[in-house]
Amino acid sequence: MSYEERGTWIYLVTCTAAYAVYLAIVITRLTTAPAADVSYVPALLWTTGASVMASTLGRTFAGTVTTGGDRRRDVRDLEIYRFGEYTSRWFVVAGAAAALFMAMAKWDYFWIANVIYLGFVLWAVVGSGVKLAAYRRGLQVPG
Amino acid sequence: MSKPTRITNSLRALRFAHGEMTQAQLAEHIGVTRQTIIAIEQGRYSPSLEMAFQIAQVFRVPLDEVFQYPDGGQ
Repeated sequence: MSYEERGTWIYLVTCTAAYAVYLAIVITRLTTAPAADVSYVPALLWTTGASVMASTLGRTFAGTVTTGGDRRRDVRDLEIYRFGEYTSRWFVVAGAAAALFMAMAKWDYFWIANVIYLGFVLWAVVGSGVKLAAYRRGLQVPG
Repeated sequence: MSKPTRITNSLRALRFAHGEMTQAQLAEHIGVTRQTIIAIEQGRYSPSLEMAFQIAQVFRVPLDEVFQYPDGGQ
């Protein structure tokens, strides 16, 4: 498994875990208070920060220990990266569009922030899944 | 997601015919990772035309001795 493939696995796991923790915290709070009163900002920032930190440390570990320091990224890695980003970018677009309409309809900040966050998480998770599928099954020119 | 390639290759046979060259050695010649050579050999990745020529040059053979495409392929 190449360094980039390991890095994609690490990114997928850390993003998914961070969002699961965030959801567990926020849903618990939603059961006792209306959305407008739920404190979500610290949980969102802490879980996102922890995810970035864990992903960075995981990639460093993968690069220095598991692949013997070989961190090369070649043309195949780059093509798979682009393919994954191209395929999953629509989740960010959908999240932004949904947030726009929710803001125009005067939804609470809680829901607007969360739909944007969901868009980013789906972009990361689906993008990573597509990249891993390309690493495992192969990347061919679509036709 | 994508259409499987119909391109086949003789990379493995050529490596063995050239002093049992390892995947890592071929990867070093081309400037890619060993995983990319494995993916090409297994038909999971179609290299660019430029990389295909680079591979053929390593073995000093014409391109169609390395990569083949079946007649009537679409």
